[in-house]
Amino acid sequence: MIQVEGLTRKYGSFTAVDDVSFVCQPGRVTGFLGPNGAGKTTTMRVMVGLTPPTAGRVTIGGHLYKDIPNPGRHVGVLLDASAQHAGRTGREILEIGARTMGLPATRVDEMIELVSLTPQEAKRRLRNYSLGMKQRLGIAHALLGDPSVLILDEPANGLDPAGIRWMRGLLKGYAERGGTVLLSSHLLHEVEQIADEMILIGNGRIVAQGDKKSLLAGADGGKASTLVTALDNTALADALTAKGFTVASAGEGLRVEVEPVEVGRTALEASVVLTDLRAAEGGLEDLFLELTAETQREHTA
Amino acid sequence: MSMNSMAAPGLGHSLDISGTTPTPFARLVRVEVRKAYDTRSGLWLLISTAALTAVVMVIQLAVGATQEDVSLTYNSFLTSTNFSIAILLPVIGILLLTSEWSQRTAMVSFSLEPRRPHVILAKLTVGVLLAVAAVVIALVLAALCNVIYGVVSSDPVVWNLEAARLGGFLLLQLIGMLTGFAFAALLLNSPAAIVFYMVYTFVLPGLFGIGAALMDWFDSVRPWIDFNFAQGPLVDATMTPEDWAHFAVSGFIWLVLPLAIGVWRVLRAEVK
Repeated sequence: MIQVEGLTRKYGSFTAVDDVSFVCQPGRVTGFLGPNGAGKTTTMRVMVGLTPPTAGRVTIGGHLYKDIPNPGRHVGVLLDASAQHAGRTGREILEIGARTMGLPATRVDEMIELVSLTPQEAKRRLRNYSLGMKQRLGIAHALLGDPSVLILDEPANGLDPAGIRWMRGLLKGYAERGGTVLLSSHLLHEVEQIADEMILIGNGRIVAQGDKKSLLAGADGGKASTLVTALDNTALADALTAKGFTVASAGEGLRVEVEPVEVGRTALEASVVLTDLRAAEGGLEDLFLELTAETQREHTA
Repeated sequence: MSMNSMAAPGLGHSLDISGTTPTPFARLVRVEVRKAYDTRSGLWLLISTAALTAVVMVIQLAVGATQEDVSLTYNSFLTSTNFSIAILLPVIGILLLTSEWSQRTAMVSFSLEPRRPHVILAKLTVGVLLAVAAVVIALVLAALCNVIYGVVSSDPVVWNLEAARLGGFLLLQLIGMLTGFAFAALLLNSPAAIVFYMVYTFVLPGLFGIGAALMDWFDSVRPWIDFNFAQGPLVDATMTPEDWAHFAVSGFIWLVLPLAIGVWRVLRAEVK
């Protein structure tokens, strides 16, 4: 488990990370979400001792990173998939990592296979890799030492949709076996699909944290909305408007500013047949933009 | 915001590190050796250094064999490395360290081994090993050339390598390597460190020479601050106690000081 306590990092008068505290639990994927420059990378760099904190500290399983012997065996780190020698082959990069950690050479082949790089691709030099291939290699590198904690900065960046689905499966499986995963992203949809827990950061400060449900519940008193399609949309719209709900047309159906249960009840009362009824996902995105935009305005003012 | 949805049992989880041994230093050195030759640029730099050493000696051999007024000894073959190893070994020393910054691999190296002094010391060890290897290669090549010279030339073959000269030769190559490494640690940038080293080796002695010729007081100060100048007697194996004092003081300025400041900087640097 990762515990961040009162972490602050200043660069001169600029505060990149401002009194950040959170916990990443074993068995869960924690998403670290925020716009570019919000302080995600700085926080993760402090975790692995590459950046000294101005105040506060981070412990991993109760230890400071620098106190963990042969840390690659306990904590898998991917901070920047491009931060490898462009002239080394993918295989050689893993070989160097495996040798540093004292692992058998077979581990390299296992990891290449795990991240679905072909043997031919593994023989290519990194400068000829696409970003998606670099990310796969970086994840292989992070998993080399069979760690119980994973710290991944923007791992989905550059992956194609199939790659993102693959990574989702990999990380979920890893967490289900008891691993702790922290991954960052500036894209809500990536994190939303993978993470059990979310930490939203904007301008160095944590603006919200919790699972998806509790985040939505906490957003402006739980302003929920529903997407609904009926055989007779007009009749349903009339019935909803009569109850005082805000209705707008959306695609083939309607968007209603109320929970799905209220829409269902209204449809039942009005005897309208529904073909589709679901909560609009926009709530979380609105929340994310709203929270992070606010913190950005504070600093640009 | 609420954390109540979290399952409580996780909070007690700690990492059991009792079964993990710290990374042994010898393993770090082996990895650093591998990193010195596992890229095309690294491999070719090593091969070029050896090849250039051979080429310079062969040219020298050709001149010695065809010119009546030139007679060569084992030591003169060895001295030709001033134009090969002496120039390229410091560059190898520089790149051992700066490539971690230019290629940004320091992020990986220092996260796999957070004890940064161990990583730097491992690199320094590799530098020393490479310098020793270069000296061995030079000794062997010079011996080959000297034997061939004996066959093709009418001059007698002279094996003049006393212990003092051999020691001086080894020390000079080590100093070259370490000075490059020190400048690299100070600047953490390949081109800047190489340019700085070349200015230090080829431009600075000239400036010091002009200064010494124009100003009497500078002439007496020069041996204490000009490290290249102070190494002169080492080449000829004529070091006096005063020469050693010059060597120590100027070496402190140009080798120890940059190395100490540079390493201190690397240990504290934020690695990006």
